[in-house]
Amino acid sequence: METQKPHSEFGLPASENYTITVDVPGHENDPDDLWKDSRVFVNIGPTHPAMHGALRMCARLNGETIEKSYCEFGYTHRAKEKLGENRTYHNFIVYTDRLNYCSALTNNVTYAMAVERLMGIQVPDRAVWIRMICTEMARVIDHLICVGVNALDLGAFSFFLYGFHQREEAYTLIEKICGARLTTSYTRIGGLMADAPAGWEKEVKDWVVRTRKTVQEMDKLLTNNRIWCDRTQGVGVFTKEQCMAYSYTGPNARAAGINRDLRRDDPTMFYKQVEFDVPVGKNGDVFDRYMVRMNEIYQSLNIIAQCADKMRPGAIWVEDKRVRIPEKDVVHNTMEGLIHHFKFFMQGFDVPAGEAYTAFEATNGELAFYIVSKGGPRAHRMRIRGPSVWHYQGLSEMTEGLKIADMVAALGSINIIAGELDR
Amino acid sequence: MSKDGSSSFLTTRLDAIVDWGRKNALWPLPFGTSCCGIEMMATFAADYDIGRFGAEALRFSPRQADLLIVAGIVNTKMAPVLKNIYDQMADPKWVISMGACASSGGIFNVYSVTQGIDTIIPVDVYVPGCPPAPEGVLHGLLRLQELIQKGETHHHRQERARRAAGKEA
Amino acid sequence: MRGTDIRTPVSTIYGDFTQKHAERWKLQVEALQKKFAGAIEEVRWPGTYPTEVPIIYVAKESIVDVLRELKEGADFQYDFLADITATDEEIEPRFEVVYNLSSFSSDSRIRVKARACDGEDVPTATSLWKGANWAEREVFDMFGVKFRGHPDLRRILMDERWQGYPLRKDYPLRGYQLFPDTQPIHTELLKD
Repeated sequence: METQKPHSEFGLPASENYTITVDVPGHENDPDDLWKDSRVFVNIGPTHPAMHGALRMCARLNGETIEKSYCEFGYTHRAKEKLGENRTYHNFIVYTDRLNYCSALTNNVTYAMAVERLMGIQVPDRAVWIRMICTEMARVIDHLICVGVNALDLGAFSFFLYGFHQREEAYTLIEKICGARLTTSYTRIGGLMADAPAGWEKEVKDWVVRTRKTVQEMDKLLTNNRIWCDRTQGVGVFTKEQCMAYSYTGPNARAAGINRDLRRDDPTMFYKQVEFDVPVGKNGDVFDRYMVRMNEIYQSLNIIAQCADKMRPGAIWVEDKRVRIPEKDVVHNTMEGLIHHFKFFMQGFDVPAGEAYTAFEATNGELAFYIVSKGGPRAHRMRIRGPSVWHYQGLSEMTEGLKIADMVAALGSINIIAGELDR
Repeated sequence: MSKDGSSSFLTTRLDAIVDWGRKNALWPLPFGTSCCGIEMMATFAADYDIGRFGAEALRFSPRQADLLIVAGIVNTKMAPVLKNIYDQMADPKWVISMGACASSGGIFNVYSVTQGIDTIIPVDVYVPGCPPAPEGVLHGLLRLQELIQKGETHHHRQERARRAAGKEA
Repeated sequence: MRGTDIRTPVSTIYGDFTQKHAERWKLQVEALQKKFAGAIEEVRWPGTYPTEVPIIYVAKESIVDVLRELKEGADFQYDFLADITATDEEIEPRFEVVYNLSSFSSDSRIRVKARACDGEDVPTATSLWKGANWAEREVFDMFGVKFRGHPDLRRILMDERWQGYPLRKDYPLRGYQLFPDTQPIHTELLKD
């Protein structure tokens, strides 16, 4: 509250108690609050450009400050959990792509691991290495999109273009192994759709070198940028305790100082055999989340390079007749192969009864499939635990007292992916 | 005017000139809800650059846009929003339905998903794919430009019907 | 259930998770059974039931106490709520509300379940974790299980005017309901 000159100068009755106060919206205990009865209810989204597609926030504003808000979602609900109960385990692979569509490969791999865990299948080494490269590549792509779009929301357009160019190069590599860019459906239960083509490792390593260079340039462009720092440092703070209360995981939790990474703490695949650091932030603000993501890109690139070195030629399919999709020449030339093929795709394979909660450190945090099987080719319950739901839930508390423009920065930094949020 | 100073003419209908102008300056409103939204962003970004076809002026306000690109799922909760946005757009307006979900529901034939946005609003161009590659979106845009020039879009049909009704009256 | 044995253990090929934590779980479950003698209905162990972590069935009235002990007790420290969901078992008690907990200090996980019949309500866990709010709303939205004491029990994924609970087994996969307009702003939620 700023006190201005006494009114006598403006020809108004002089009085000791009579001063004009310039109201600062949201100021506590403001006796002359000009905005007292002018709180505005604002609806932001679901198609607002800053709301990333399909999120909605209803807020009570005091001037430009958010006093109270609540969030809504469900505007892209596609009933994937219900479909999980109505599709065979093999058919459900395509639906996992559309969870976190920025890193579809991670979802493919996690889903395959979840079903393999129920069936007790161990996939061959080469398949695991390729899966690891895929997940890390997906992580790089997702982080590039996240930081790029976050910067774009705050007005840094060229940063976004750099990221998207490098992402296109990654998609070229992904197209080479599975033929698709975004929705890959690359893994199969017990193996992979196809082997990586000859020389793919080499191309991956070249891509790693180029991407590292680009990310370094992006780093130089934005990290010490005065405007970026002012817009992000100390904005959208979510402390360690709040993160625990709202079940934050992944980069958002690590930015607040929670030193937890399932790749290191509960290692699946061959994460024990590769070296990497887990970047941890301190303040839990938008800037720290950005820094954690940028550092994770470097770490992921290191992991990819190590995996590409350790990859050896070999089988990509487990030799298990239950899940192995028969080769095409067997299908076309033998009766048994044709029957096997037909049974596999029309009826599906049985998964033994049981339940397992399989979690993996996806790009945004703990992605888990809680599958309850009662035998048969379809799941009894297919629960998908997407990290975005829990992140989005904290947004109201995170943005309380912030300006609308800072809410945009906070929302961009926690990387809500609508497909994973609504499922 | 020719180089030698003599005058030269290009005779055409005013409608065709107007359509030619409209088709080369489409202002899209990106209605990206899910996976296709990401590919749409890639189309607008550097590598594919939709600006080469005169449609780079993104407008997030329906009042300022004349091309609605519906990229991604429209479920029953979103359907009234989409209808609202379409109604707010000023004529002439065109719609591209990008991706399988928007065009037909795609692989999601379930309780929450509308089976194609054409059950809610009229659509001019459908781009298949799940999601379509950016080349597909560009192709869809070129196809829409073709249709606008030929006068075969929903807007033109509506306009013709209106004129015919006016003559009769 | 063609040719599958219910006792096939869920393989833990990734990381020997079950062997690593077996001792810890044994002590913890014993301590729980001592403290909440009447409330623990059943415990299913990884060796004898196809699961990767022990499943503790708790009477739904004492679910919050058990969860609090698991969260705050010195021997447990399952301070991270990984997930709340439910399953529809089709026979009464029809619903099982599932709490997946995780411990950051010991990297261990555990699963707690509470059974509820159709129409019964379960005490809310929002007093323990604020994040339980939306997960419980989702269970309510999808299964129709109500949570007693929940601050804001509304539908979350579906429109508020939606009829039926989609993830129940007797709900059809197809057939949608359209509404003329979008959900209104609830100004009462924005009051102090």
